[in-house]
Amino acid sequence: MDPIETVKAKFADQVLGVGSHANQAWVDVKRERIVEILKTIRDECGYDMLTDLTAVDYLNQGMPERFCVVYNLYSMKDNVRTRVKAWVPEADASIDSVSSLWRSAPWAEREVWDLMGITFKGHPDLKRIQLPEGYEGHPLRKDYPLTGRGERMNFPRYVP
Amino acid sequence: MTEPRRTTMTIEEELEGDLGTKRMLVNFGPQHPATHGTLRNIIELDGEKVVKLEPEIGYLHSGFEKISEYRTYNQTVTVTDRMNYLSPLCNNVGFSLAVEEMMGIKVTPRCAAIRVALCELSRIADHILSVGLQAMDLGAFTVMLWTFIEREKLYDIFENVTGARLTTSYTRVGGLLKDIPPDFEEMVRKFMEKCSKTIDEIEAVLNGNRIFLDRTIGVSPIPRDVAISFGLSGPMLRACGVPYDVRKARPYHGYENYQFDLVTEENGDAWCRYRVRVREMRESLKIIDQVLKTMPQGPIYVDDPRIVIPPKTAMNTPGGGMEGLIYHFKNYMMGHGVCPPKGEVYSCTEAPNGELGFYLVSDGTQRPYRWRVRPPSLYTYQAFPYMTEGGLLSDVVAVLSSLNIIAGELDR
Repeated sequence: MDPIETVKAKFADQVLGVGSHANQAWVDVKRERIVEILKTIRDECGYDMLTDLTAVDYLNQGMPERFCVVYNLYSMKDNVRTRVKAWVPEADASIDSVSSLWRSAPWAEREVWDLMGITFKGHPDLKRIQLPEGYEGHPLRKDYPLTGRGERMNFPRYVP
Repeated sequence: MTEPRRTTMTIEEELEGDLGTKRMLVNFGPQHPATHGTLRNIIELDGEKVVKLEPEIGYLHSGFEKISEYRTYNQTVTVTDRMNYLSPLCNNVGFSLAVEEMMGIKVTPRCAAIRVALCELSRIADHILSVGLQAMDLGAFTVMLWTFIEREKLYDIFENVTGARLTTSYTRVGGLLKDIPPDFEEMVRKFMEKCSKTIDEIEAVLNGNRIFLDRTIGVSPIPRDVAISFGLSGPMLRACGVPYDVRKARPYHGYENYQFDLVTEENGDAWCRYRVRVREMRESLKIIDQVLKTMPQGPIYVDDPRIVIPPKTAMNTPGGGMEGLIYHFKNYMMGHGVCPPKGEVYSCTEAPNGELGFYLVSDGTQRPYRWRVRPPSLYTYQAFPYMTEGGLLSDVVAVLSSLNIIAGELDR
């Protein structure tokens, strides 16, 4: 069963559009019912593996919203891949967690929160994963400069 | 001044009573020889039993994803070396393939064959070290020394081909840095002959070793559905009996033309992971043999002046060099060179420790808009608490060494 057609049929009011590039198709959805949408794809279309979960910051790119959480899914049985993109506004950068659907989700979501600053509601243990506790800012955002913040010389010198 | 411990119990009562009620927190790593990288685990122990294990990562975070957004596509190849430092060539190939898929380029047959040969050599370099370290952590130090000898020879081959032992940066979008040297086949044949003997020796030492068997068989088994849910891939997943290999499921660079078996084992424990790695090395040797036999002649770069970096001879030969000079100049000018069309792609290859994916978003310029790696180690390591909780403390080391975690890729 084609996941994109299924989502279009079952969640018509949630779909923002579809797209494809280099023979890879995806569906853009609103964030409100993302857990239901992904559960449908997992259970009815057989996409049993969440290969990757990441996010993109489209700052000033003319996209529907600023952030986009990307779910790359794989079906072990049919050997097919698909992609779901949920759009998250800048004012309230949060989305529901899919940790209850796949065991691979928790750390990937922690990484997105850590580096991109998107909150995952219902996550079992949402905290920084790559950067130290107490770090300020989310480096993968486009308005975070490559140099100038949080460099080595800004930290106190180690004196044994 | 601390009070001396006072008890009203006799020794007999203490021994018969519940000794293991007091829980203890043990810090394991980040600087610990058995972690093979900067990994830290906080382990809650009840006696010798692991009650809870919490991994903490990020000690090697280098911001590769951020850095790459400020580099051109060919400059980014150098970043991929530093991620998986056991098999840098596989990462080079994976990244170049992603950009090529985005641009709709198909590399030349010779380029694909060289990439396959080097990928499989890297796979052996990774697996043989992984097996050696697993054996070393369980007490078989000799095996580790044997594997390092083989790895040294492999690094000599890489040095001969790419000019560097570790930071290879060998691929370019649409081609390779340079052609393989004339003595490549001879070197590889010599290595293959010796390597298959070493694999026989490793198996002879480990397969009947009671300590190794007792400490790996039945340790941390993972059921199939749990493994898939965790997003495991590579030898970890195949050890659980799931026949999934990107080389078979989504062939790239002509893997469909080579005869090799998909290695699977049944139980998903540390022993099966060792078996999968050893058997995969033999399959890799088979592939390399076929590649060497059928190595096509021809160019190593695609015929596309937009992306090809012209050779030095095309630039400074008197009379015919102007064209090459212009192409070279345009390639390195801002806004020219390798500029994939606007769009996005998720491309994956079979790296030695699992599915290495690249999710690239392009805005049509010469720099990636978003550069995301799907690191196999991150998803493998996430399953580590599941595998160790409820087991013994000594099994933590046995399991960790069987996972093949690369900290550089885990933290990026």
